[in-house]
Amino acid sequence: MNSQIAARVCAVLGAVVLGVVVVLGLFVTGPDVVQGEYVRMIYLHPATAWTAYSGIGVAAFASIAWLRTRKMSWDHLAGAGIEISAVFTFLALVTGSIWGRPTWNSWWQWDPRITSTTLLFFLSIGALTVRRLDGTVEQRARRSAVVVLLAAVNVPIVHFSVDWWRSLHQGRTLARVDRTISGLQLSTMLLSIVGFTLVFSALLILRARTNRWEDEAAQGGLGEAVSMRRSEATGGPAASPHPGTV
Amino acid sequence: MLRDALTVLTKDLRIERRSKVTTTQIAPFGVMVLVLFAFGLDELVVRGPGESSANTVSAAAISAGLFWLATLFAALLAVQRSSALEQADGGRDGLRLSGMDPAGIFLGKSAAVFLQLAVLEVLLAIGVVLLFDATLRNPLLLAATTVPATIVLATTGTIYATLTGGQRSRDTLVPLLEFPLVAPILLAASQATRAALDDRSIDGWPWVRLLVVAALAFTALGVLLFDAVLEDL
Repeated sequence: MNSQIAARVCAVLGAVVLGVVVVLGLFVTGPDVVQGEYVRMIYLHPATAWTAYSGIGVAAFASIAWLRTRKMSWDHLAGAGIEISAVFTFLALVTGSIWGRPTWNSWWQWDPRITSTTLLFFLSIGALTVRRLDGTVEQRARRSAVVVLLAAVNVPIVHFSVDWWRSLHQGRTLARVDRTISGLQLSTMLLSIVGFTLVFSALLILRARTNRWEDEAAQGGLGEAVSMRRSEATGGPAASPHPGTV
Repeated sequence: MLRDALTVLTKDLRIERRSKVTTTQIAPFGVMVLVLFAFGLDELVVRGPGESSANTVSAAAISAGLFWLATLFAALLAVQRSSALEQADGGRDGLRLSGMDPAGIFLGKSAAVFLQLAVLEVLLAIGVVLLFDATLRNPLLLAATTVPATIVLATTGTIYATLTGGQRSRDTLVPLLEFPLVAPILLAASQATRAALDDRSIDGWPWVRLLVVAALAFTALGVLLFDAVLEDL
């Protein structure tokens, strides 16, 4: 199965699963005793956070693989992972804030999870900025691998520090109401994580391919990249680029 | 590797001794940051003669935070200065052509930054005691906190400053990369320093353990990755 078909399969499966989650989340599962209708955010928020951390995980793995093999496909994957991580970290912060407003009567709390996610967002922004510095693709891959690995090592340090920060001081700020969820609510939440993982996989594959084309366009000229893209779409061999079509 | 580290450390410290940038620019900057915080935070930290501290925030809490923020800002200058040494007069080419172990270069440059920051921290500690009325309850805990925390600032700063050394935007890039990375270190160091100063409600040693783990992790990562970082020079 080539990457394009894999991306399509993941995207279609992800859309189907998330469609089921929408029906279950909005129409089948009931409101919560404490949170009322706002509990439905549980079908969205944890999945976005999961996807954000998956992105940095994939980027870290791909960065190690690039440092060992120096194959550019790993760098393309790392770039895709960090970019998706940045987007979903932002979404996790936004959805968390929207959920927090009615639940805690505040848009922001210095909760360990929120603080960790915020720092992860800024680490992702830093890695993306480094990837856009001037230089060759090898320089970009090298800088990106170093920055992503430093960020990945920092994730558990951030986790423990902010966890202790709140727990050593004043106990957990938030009542962890999600500990008590069970049955259909729990199944729907887990299904949303499966759906987001499928969508994440599709985005990862597509973005990694786009990264490859961007490099091809930068190195070999746009004509060659377009030719590669066409041959991939038609399944035929790559035609030589026509200068006149660029 | 250690011999190379010692060579680079000696070289960087010799340059600093001759140029006196740390003593004439970075150290005054760090102390000035402390003074500016007092202006910015006003009644939280500034007390008139004879005024009790009862109406103010805990001196230990304020002092610890200010101490580490001032150290962080000064550390940025120190690592950028350390990187700038290699940018001028073909220093970076000389470094690559010297045949020295990249891990040794990393350890040497980090150690030079560490020592400069250690001197600065002594000054800042005196500053918070004098300016913010802090008292030191546990010097051993303070030393156990500052050593690993400063190692993290020096190692991560050295990696980032070297990595971005050739970029026009390096002055803004290093803080962008360094701040979120060292945020948990700042948190842990501030908490442990509070405990070392006068706050008996906090146990500082779990924070010290976290700092030691972070210092070992980032030093190991720097030793492993600096080869790739130097390729980018």
